[in-house]
Amino acid sequence: VKKTASRNPGLRDRRRRERIRNVAFLSPWLLGTGMFFVYPLVITAWLSFTRYDGFVSPTWDGLDNWRFVLHDYPFFWPALRNTLWFVVVLVTLRIVVGLALGMLVIHVKRGSSVLRTVFYAPFLAPPVAATLAFVFLLNPGTGPLNSALQHLGLPQPGWFNDPAWSKPALSLLAVWAVGDLMVIFMAALLDVPRELYEAAALDGAGAVHRFRHVTLPHLRPILLFAVITGVIATMQYYTEPLVAGQVASGQIGGSGQQVEPGYPAGSTLTLPQLVYNLGFQRFDIGAACVIAMVLFVLSMAFAALLMRRGSGFLTAED
Amino acid sequence: MTRHPRLRRRLAGSALTASLALALTACFGSSQGGAKDNPNADVTITFWHGWSAPSEVKAIQATIDAFEKANPNIHVKAVGNITDDKINQALRAGGSSAPDVVSSFTTDNVGEFCNSHAFVDLTPFMAKSGIDPTTTFPATQLSYTQYNNDQCALPLLSDAYGLYYNKDAFKAAGISGPPKTLSEFDADAVKLTHQSGDTFSQLGFMPDYHFYESTITHFAAQWSPTYFSADGTSNVANDAGLKAAFEWQKGLVDKLGGYSRLEKYRTSFGDEFSNNNAFMTGQVAMIIDGEWRAGMIDDSDSKVHYGVAPFPVPDSMAAQYGKGYITGTIVGIARTSAKQNAAWEFVKYLTSNTDAVVNFANAINNVPSTTAALASPKVNQDPNFQSFIKVASDPNSSTTPSSPNGGAYQLTLQDLGYAYESGKQTDLQSGLEEAAHQIDTDIAQSQ
Repeated sequence: VKKTASRNPGLRDRRRRERIRNVAFLSPWLLGTGMFFVYPLVITAWLSFTRYDGFVSPTWDGLDNWRFVLHDYPFFWPALRNTLWFVVVLVTLRIVVGLALGMLVIHVKRGSSVLRTVFYAPFLAPPVAATLAFVFLLNPGTGPLNSALQHLGLPQPGWFNDPAWSKPALSLLAVWAVGDLMVIFMAALLDVPRELYEAAALDGAGAVHRFRHVTLPHLRPILLFAVITGVIATMQYYTEPLVAGQVASGQIGGSGQQVEPGYPAGSTLTLPQLVYNLGFQRFDIGAACVIAMVLFVLSMAFAALLMRRGSGFLTAED
Repeated sequence: MTRHPRLRRRLAGSALTASLALALTACFGSSQGGAKDNPNADVTITFWHGWSAPSEVKAIQATIDAFEKANPNIHVKAVGNITDDKINQALRAGGSSAPDVVSSFTTDNVGEFCNSHAFVDLTPFMAKSGIDPTTTFPATQLSYTQYNNDQCALPLLSDAYGLYYNKDAFKAAGISGPPKTLSEFDADAVKLTHQSGDTFSQLGFMPDYHFYESTITHFAAQWSPTYFSADGTSNVANDAGLKAAFEWQKGLVDKLGGYSRLEKYRTSFGDEFSNNNAFMTGQVAMIIDGEWRAGMIDDSDSKVHYGVAPFPVPDSMAAQYGKGYITGTIVGIARTSAKQNAAWEFVKYLTSNTDAVVNFANAINNVPSTTAALASPKVNQDPNFQSFIKVASDPNSSTTPSSPNGGAYQLTLQDLGYAYESGKQTDLQSGLEEAAHQIDTDIAQSQ
């Protein structure tokens, strides 16, 4: 065929025109991806090897930024550990609770719409306002939750003021705003054919078996979607830990008073906070780009692993 | 056939290089400031400042109005509520809406502003105007506005730190007057502390580093530490005063019931800059704070009957009683400004015109920042306020020096403080050595 094409100018012209047409059709996507994905990615990777403060043009610095971040920067590894903790715990909790609430809402006989509204509403709360409210509610000294626990004779955690409890407190906040996942799971659950449940019931399958062998396989693509988007969102977890840490610490910063990153004891410090601090407060843009690249690689690795193990977005039937 | 892929690669490479060059040029911009503008021309300069409270905005506007009256050809467009993050980002972005004159509430970033040349060196401007900085400004205020002999900023009012004490609590505890040495202070803090179950009904003093202005650098000023050696490397592992400051604070934490109990009590306090401030509510009988607190108490409905005194000094330095930590607002000229001569006329007026400095200081309850203004009879003569004037004028008062990476070294020391007060770090000397190494590494990274 190749030989024929190379000897046939008409065929070659037609193929060239087809190629141009295809590229023309693809051009909006190519332009968008090039400008908003490839270009920033290339620049970020390049800047991670340079010294750049925003004033003087970048100068090649080899692996110095990478060495600084991975070896000499005391906040990197704690922030990475915290970020991975959130990825594992927070994403899992949100999916389990989101699925449970979705099942509850579609199975309750009465008051389904009220429950749906109640569970979904917190998702609409602005993250800063929601975090402030949680810091107030969970204040160890004056918060109503600890007062209630005290009345009940139960231990009162330090919540956002205790390094052991700050991440669970943030997880509680994330689970409270799980309405987005609940709605997605509700839609997916309603899409499972009823006859499959009936057939399984006739075969003697109990509720647990029906969930495991009928519901879960049909939810697989939605679960995978929830995990991947959850992992990526958690890798970018910034507002809630920053606000919670700063408000709970009571510090506002000023001469001789630096705001502690990730209060308390670095337990709420996440990688995006370091990117902002290094890139837009310290203007060590090269080092900030190193952390951005680490985040990118981790996100890609998680997504690739999950897609591979989860067979993409295909259902059991597909 | 083999030439096409190569050509394509070359074209792609050229396109990529061109794109990068174009983008980088757009991002980095040109920031060659110059002082060739005519200060007598009719110009409008943009002034960024951080004041946001209505009374403060009114006070700075009154100063601007007075300047415009004296310099009718220069108009000032003031933009308030500006943070250091915004300043840093805008100075890099440049453009027509970038500021000409910039002020910052913190002295921590002066080293960064000077080192990066974000602010122009004001020495030639001062020389041209016949201003001798060493006689115009107190030495401490002058030191926190320069880095490596680059006077890239000037002080625009100061803040001095002292001791606020609750007179009623003192009377009830049988304490006759404010302590002058730290051993007296510790004894008073214990006397003023009332336990209530596993918490307190009143605390003499809250030494925890997360409490308001109780920071290591504010405390350490009483020992006048040297944070950096002459060669610019960290001196924190060798400075006996700094080590003594850490040890004193930890000792007081233990005397008052221990870190956990104090931290639990701290969580019941309101915000520092609210009417629920723990000193204003009577939860804490003594605090270290700046001169602005007096105005805030007077303007609030707080019933606290307070007194002000210099913060106590170590027993071995009793002769230096009266000193304290000094800081303040700073002001500089952006190097991207095309109206630097006009901007200088405004900066000169703001920082060195005695009447302007005194009026503005009185209006916002801040300490004046020139030698003449500090001695002016027009300055607020309230005895409490005068205590801070004395601290600001004391030759032994000190500040935290400028560093090329801003307040990063203070953050490192603060982290050590958190670890030491909580018992996580028990070997202080080893902690100080690690901190010194970290400070040097961070500075090297920023250069």
